[in-house]
Order: sequence, then C-alpha cells, then structure tokens
Amino acid sequence: MPTKPAGTLYRGREGMWSWVGHRITGVVIFFFLLVHVLDTSLVRVSPEAYTAVIGAYKNPLMALGETGLVAAIVFHAFNGLRIIAIDFWKKGAKYQRQMLWVVLGLWVVVMVGFSIRHLSLALGGH
Amino acid sequence: MTATIESPRSGRVSSNYRRSGASKGNFEMLAWLFMRLSGVVLVVLIFGHLFVNLMLGDGIHAIDFGFVAGKWADPFWQVWDLAMLWLAMLHGTNGVRTIINDYAEKNSTRMALKVVLYAATTVIIVLGTMVIFTFNPCPMVDGIPLPGGFCPA
Repeated sequence: MPTKPAGTLYRGREGMWSWVGHRITGVVIFFFLLVHVLDTSLVRVSPEAYTAVIGAYKNPLMALGETGLVAAIVFHAFNGLRIIAIDFWKKGAKYQRQMLWVVLGLWVVVMVGFSIRHLSLALGGH
Repeated sequence: MTATIESPRSGRVSSNYRRSGASKGNFEMLAWLFMRLSGVVLVVLIFGHLFVNLMLGDGIHAIDFGFVAGKWADPFWQVWDLAMLWLAMLHGTNGVRTIINDYAEKNSTRMALKVVLYAATTVIIVLGTMVIFTFNPCPMVDGIPLPGGFCPA
C-alpha cells in the first residue's frame, strides 16, 4: 500500500483549503482594486463627478458588499502573514494548522468589530 | 601554465554549464520574495487606510470630494496612497500572473491573458499616480474656491 508522501503542506485539509481561500480572496481584491482606482480618479474630473459616484455607493446593499470585501482583505492579510511564517520560521510548516486557526480566530474578532462599526454607520440614519 | 577551474558551487561557472537555463535568472525567486515583503507592508498600509476612512469619525458618510482633497493636501497621505497603489497593483498583478500560469494550458491563451493583465496594470498604475500628483485640492467651482480648511483663503 502506498504511503502518504512527506511534505504535503498544500495537499488536503487546512493547508489546501487555506490556499484555495487565499487565491479566491486575492482575485476578488484585485478586481475591486482596479475599480477603486478608477472611481477615485474621478476627483481629477470634477468634485461633482466624484461625489455623485461615491454617493451611489452609499446604500445598504453596498454596505454589505464593503463588509464582504473587508472580510476578504482581512483573511488574505492574516493568512498571508501565516504563509510568511511557514516559509521563514523554522517551525512554521510544523505549526501551519494551528496558525490557520489563529488566523481564523483573529479574522472573526476583527470582522465582528468592523461589522458593528461599519454597518451601524452605513445603515443607521444619518 | 595552469588553468584555473572554478569550484562547481562558486557561482562563477560559465552559464553554458549550468543545469537551469541561463536566461531566466532569478526572476521567479525575486517575485516570490516580493510577494512576502510587499505583503507585510500592504497589511500596514491597507489596515491604516480602512481604519482612517471607514472607522474614524462618521466613517463612510464623511467620504466625498472634500475628504479626498483634505487627505491629498497632505504629502503624508500622498506618499501613503502612492505606496499602496504601486505595491498593491504589483502584488495583485503577480498573483494573477501566477494563477494564469497555473490554469491556462495553451501557450497562446497564457500569452493573451497576460497581455490583457499587464495592459490593465499599466493603465491603472499610471492613471493613479498621475491623479495623486496632478490633483488640485482647491478647485474653483463657478469662479468660487471650494471651501475647506486646507485651502488658502
């Protein structure tokens, strides 16, 4: 019976699924970034153009979208630091699984805080 | 007469005798390293960007032309946003390049996708850089200067 090959950090379970999550969030953030530079560039067109387009973003649906985007950014950021630890810390590969749970724990804490603040600002009457 | 023969691992062996192609150089290793170095810096830049723009004060309600103008009247935020633009775009472009290399199997498909990617990257970086540096935070609207504490009276 073939034995499991050694050094399969990216095959199956936490190692693989965090890699999948990192890819998907990375692509989402990249496409947002293209749009974000374009919309911000409207300040160079005219104050009215910028304020009008930004005003169109300020609705409940976009508030949820922004929360989802920040969720993707925070996961990508913390998991990126985990990848750096895996690559540069002597014991990184050994503890990669535990580090993913730390990443997810911090992600939940940050996202609870961000969501409460951002959604109460964005959805609360103003 | 004696000929000097370099040790195989001295790094001074003629490229003709190297196992890997001589022309590729260290590009992939440098790209790998860049992802890690830029990643650390981007965590600081983007978390700071999100905190200042969405968490402080009135959050997203405060964002309008005057908000952006107020930030870019300050060289600190110009440099911050410029660094964020370049690092994020290069980091993202290299990430998407890796994904194209992984999933597009035909040479011609890979080439076409990368041409589109690099064109988009160039446009966005050039546009963003020009906007940050040529932006006037105190424009005249109908002959009247826009109000703002950062504008000269």
